[in-house]
Amino acid sequence: MNALKNSAHRAWIILLVATSITWYLGEVGAAGTLSIVAMLAIAFVKGRLVILDFMELRGAPLMWRLLLEGWLILVSSLILLAYWISLK
Amino acid sequence: MTTVTDTPAPGNTPDKRLPGDLAIWFFILAEMLAFAVFFASYAFARANNVELFNLSQQTLNRDAGALNTVLLITGSWFVVLAVQAAHRNDQRAVPRNIALGFLCGAGFLVVKVFEYAAKFGAGISMSTNTFYMFYISLTFFHFMHVILGMVILTILWFQARKGVYSSHDAHGLESGAAYWHMVDLLWIILFPLVYVMR
Repeated sequence: MNALKNSAHRAWIILLVATSITWYLGEVGAAGTLSIVAMLAIAFVKGRLVILDFMELRGAPLMWRLLLEGWLILVSSLILLAYWISLK
Repeated sequence: MTTVTDTPAPGNTPDKRLPGDLAIWFFILAEMLAFAVFFASYAFARANNVELFNLSQQTLNRDAGALNTVLLITGSWFVVLAVQAAHRNDQRAVPRNIALGFLCGAGFLVVKVFEYAAKFGAGISMSTNTFYMFYISLTFFHFMHVILGMVILTILWFQARKGVYSSHDAHGLESGAAYWHMVDLLWIILFPLVYVMR
């Protein structure tokens, strides 16, 4: 349990679990609004972990956190918008 | 005359610190914006060709894509461990973890080469259709970034073996590490977008 005090170990384990969930959704042929939102949400959480715990921006000046996390929000929103258009 | 005080500028206080050099972060941001345009182009092109994209996507090797995600995540994790080792002056663990991160990158390239070989062997190319044009150009653009990341890791490894990185100064290591994590971050979006979402 001591190992989980290291935020990098914690992030690594969560990232592996999240990756297997995305892979599983692909295996069962998940498609449509709900699965798209779920996969984007998973990618968002994963991206945030990489930014905060791997790039170590958790303790960085606010501007840099906003720039990187903002990128993640921008990319996810654009993808969501495009998929929403495709479902219409 | 204004008096000079010792108060650090906001955002530069020791507890609010940007790892590595400022320049690398601007470079990373520029790279990420380029990929953002690429990702959005893929998603909007798909909106006009949903059936074609869904059909072509079925031919991709999701297992290979997921395995490569695991390799990049693990490679990133090793490099975080290298940075942590430098901060606690564990000079032996720094190059070891950098090397392990490099090996994960090499594994990624091997998997990708097999994937490309299977696709090209099946007669698929950039001109097959819009989906494959995006699939090949997006993943190849990323592939080149993995290679650049591995070149950076190689330089870091040589420096680390000389004991350059320590709690006193790990700026170079942190800068290279940030770039390596960016390569991971980009794949984390690319994999679900191109291989799974439908």
